[in-house]
Amino acid sequence: MTQCSDPVALALWHPIAAIEDIPADGKQKTQLLGEVLHYRKMDDTRVSVHHGDRKLPVTLAYGYVWTCLGTPERDLFDLPEYAESDRRNVCAATVGVNVSAPRAVENFLDMGHFPFVHTGILGAEPHTEVREYQVNVDTERDEILATECLFYQPQAAAGSSGGVMSDYIYRVPHPYCAVLYKSCPTDESRLDVIALFLQSVDEENIRAHALVSVIDTQSSDLDIRMFQQNIFSQDKPILENQLPKRLPLDPRAETPIRADKSAIAYRRWLRTKGLQYGVLAAAA
Amino acid sequence: MIDLEAARYRWHPVASSTDLVPRHVFQAQLLGREMALWRADDGNVNAWENRCLHRGVRLSIGINDGRELVCQYHGWRYANRTAGCTYIPAHPADAPARTICNNTYPAVEKHGLIWSGEKPDGQIPSLDVLDTTSITPLRGVTINVPLENIALPLIDYYSSGQRGASGDSVVHYGADTPDPFLLILHAHGHLHTSANAQAVDTPTPDIAFFFQPLDAARTAVRGVLCGVDEHNIGSAALIALLKQHSFMLCRARDIIESGHRDKPVPTPWTPYIPKVSDRHASMPPLTSAGQQAKLRVRLSAIENLSPSVKTFRFQALNTQIESAAPSVLPVAQPGAHIDIHLPNGLVRQYSLINGPGQTDHYAIAVKRLDDSTGGSHALHDSLKVGDVLATSVPRNNFTLRRDAEHTHLIAGGIGLTPLLSMARALDHSNLPFTLHHFIATETDAINRAELENMSAAVHWHVGQDVQQTQDTLSALLDAPTEHHHVYICGPGAMLGFTRETAATRGWADESIHFEYFKNPDVVDDSSEFNVELARSGLSLQVPAGKSLLSVLREHNVGVQSSCEQGACGTCRVEVLEGEPDHQDVYLSDTEKAQGNCLMSCVSRARSKRLVLDL
Ligand code: FES
Ligand SMILES: [Fe+2]
Repeated sequence: MTQCSDPVALALWHPIAAIEDIPADGKQKTQLLGEVLHYRKMDDTRVSVHHGDRKLPVTLAYGYVWTCLGTPERDLFDLPEYAESDRRNVCAATVGVNVSAPRAVENFLDMGHFPFVHTGILGAEPHTEVREYQVNVDTERDEILATECLFYQPQAAAGSSGGVMSDYIYRVPHPYCAVLYKSCPTDESRLDVIALFLQSVDEENIRAHALVSVIDTQSSDLDIRMFQQNIFSQDKPILENQLPKRLPLDPRAETPIRADKSAIAYRRWLRTKGLQYGVLAAAA
Repeated sequence: MIDLEAARYRWHPVASSTDLVPRHVFQAQLLGREMALWRADDGNVNAWENRCLHRGVRLSIGINDGRELVCQYHGWRYANRTAGCTYIPAHPADAPARTICNNTYPAVEKHGLIWSGEKPDGQIPSLDVLDTTSITPLRGVTINVPLENIALPLIDYYSSGQRGASGDSVVHYGADTPDPFLLILHAHGHLHTSANAQAVDTPTPDIAFFFQPLDAARTAVRGVLCGVDEHNIGSAALIALLKQHSFMLCRARDIIESGHRDKPVPTPWTPYIPKVSDRHASMPPLTSAGQQAKLRVRLSAIENLSPSVKTFRFQALNTQIESAAPSVLPVAQPGAHIDIHLPNGLVRQYSLINGPGQTDHYAIAVKRLDDSTGGSHALHDSLKVGDVLATSVPRNNFTLRRDAEHTHLIAGGIGLTPLLSMARALDHSNLPFTLHHFIATETDAINRAELENMSAAVHWHVGQDVQQTQDTLSALLDAPTEHHHVYICGPGAMLGFTRETAATRGWADESIHFEYFKNPDVVDDSSEFNVELARSGLSLQVPAGKSLLSVLREHNVGVQSSCEQGACGTCRVEVLEGEPDHQDVYLSDTEKAQGNCLMSCVSRARSKRLVLDL
């Protein structure tokens, strides 16, 4: 296994496990950026993470354990909705996928595949159009924001029935994480949140962790997990068949269309950050 | 080590013919490169880069619908033969840029195998020394050993005296290796090991083994039995032979692999995957100029569809089998037209009537019109099969959306032509639609049998006068329905009435799509105005009597055009400032009112000055 030498990736906070999934005692093992890590639950509010003998920094946030192999440059991004008292916060899935983290982020931002990959759930033919939407880079918070995203959905969430035009907002606050806000089917004034936290096991393998944070008094945790894991299981075979597995940053490697505006912005953002881990650099 | 560079110029087997079963996509590998192989319903074999141009998903997990290959991720459709993208579902109203085209490799069937290569320039290996009147391919076997390490142990294994099919005779082989990629085993008959006289009749065919370099470390062995097939030895004997060789090849594989264990792993071959053109790395801009005749085609067939309508089929000039780059016609989408440059100097537009996947020709249907300005006469009377003509590449300003819950096609007379290609595409994809064809007499009902066979409802309205036609159209457009789209092509008066009726009944402009044969209005070119070209920094004067398009051309500003009378939509130019004086019949009323584009061939300015995005 080649060691990660990318200073950008080394300075990031990375998710490694759902807190609730860690057994009360015993040492657990996982892999991050090609390195084997051990972690253990000390008590309900403390988890320790080690790389060999070295103790790594730890942040517990949004239901997951986060760590950093280098020196963290900044705090983990904000997700204020997580703290709202009437929300259901569910660590809904952890799924291994043989693909790079940036490919998985793009898949998460992509509405065009809904009718073909999530048929009957997030989209359905013939309603395939991706309408014009807005993409901005918020330089202050250093994140990408895609707004006014509209897509026809036959069943947008575990708690919804019947087709609707769903409204989305996407945020990319971290090179390997993305957050989706969508109109809540049970309360129009609120937004449901689905966050994707990717653990780069190595450059071409990830564990995809999902946090679902919704206003929903109907669905059980199991319903919410089943919904999210079903979606992930539909994306997995597609992602594992993408060539190359790392995200090509050369604009001439693939053919974007207007629907891919957010992906174009994301690739450009990664280029300016100088991120190398999980991408193929553009020829100079 | 084989000479990798030389291997790129060879033909290699990549699959067995029988691997390409109907509606299947086969994943092949050659020189470290993955290929998606698929056979279209018309028999054509496609060998493509196994990677969708959009987001790199393997096309081998896509859907072969018989005429097109559909990518699993976002449903992009690629045409049989050309690999040109015909439809992008995320933008149903746009025709994909004609040149979004996947990388293709030549593919030929021979010796029961599919042959391909990166840029083969020689011949497919011939088996002249053997009996090739009948051939039976063996199951391909993959061996985890580089190609140059296969032939010798395989010869050893086969020539060490193997049991015959009946188990009681031993076959001896003489080996011949004309090149590193081919091994021929000549069977030297049997050595009897039992008194059973039946054994003599067991066939012992010669075998040719082709070696397919999958990647640096792996090789597929593709054997063919020469001189035998089901017909000359019977199926029981053939099955016995196939079983025997299958067993032997598996043994041989185990022996060769174990003999090669502990050898260093060779450096992998990394195939070069061509980059997409700069134009497609972002959204394509408006380019180039004029009624360009880019293609040379040969008239290959003329057929009478009715007493006054003929179809003309055109083929690319130099399509050759076994040529590394068979010339193919650029792909067209339903609703597209081509400009045909006629021998008498006229340039005329005709809609292609091709169905999906019919990519080896262009077909048009032309009605002989008495008042035609010479186009239909030239085609009907003076062209003959074999003539070479110049045409433009297909253009599509009448695109078919495929995201409608129902599509209504309305044709007047020969206006059926663009709708015929749409009907063929919709029918093939099982999308719901209805077709109404207004005709003067029964004989005008062209392609009736084909249309009757489609799953959609097709109605012929015969001999209706103006009032009856208008009543029928009014009934059709009675109430606007969400997610329904209407496509209409026919005489100007019929289109005018349909557009007006649809508008008064509350249909959204975006749901009504129309194509005029020609602009029925008289163009008023008496105004004078200035144009400023924002991107080229030019300021030009358009005098009375001259079109904006011709003034742009005089100053070498490239704008494409086709009909040059405001009917086809090709010469569209974006307007940044000023008020256009629209004189075309292409834009909808909403688009005209928005005033942010115009048809440069006929439209002018109401304001003194226009600023154009050129
Ligand atoms: S990757 Fe093939 S259609 Fe998008
Ligand atoms: Fe998805």
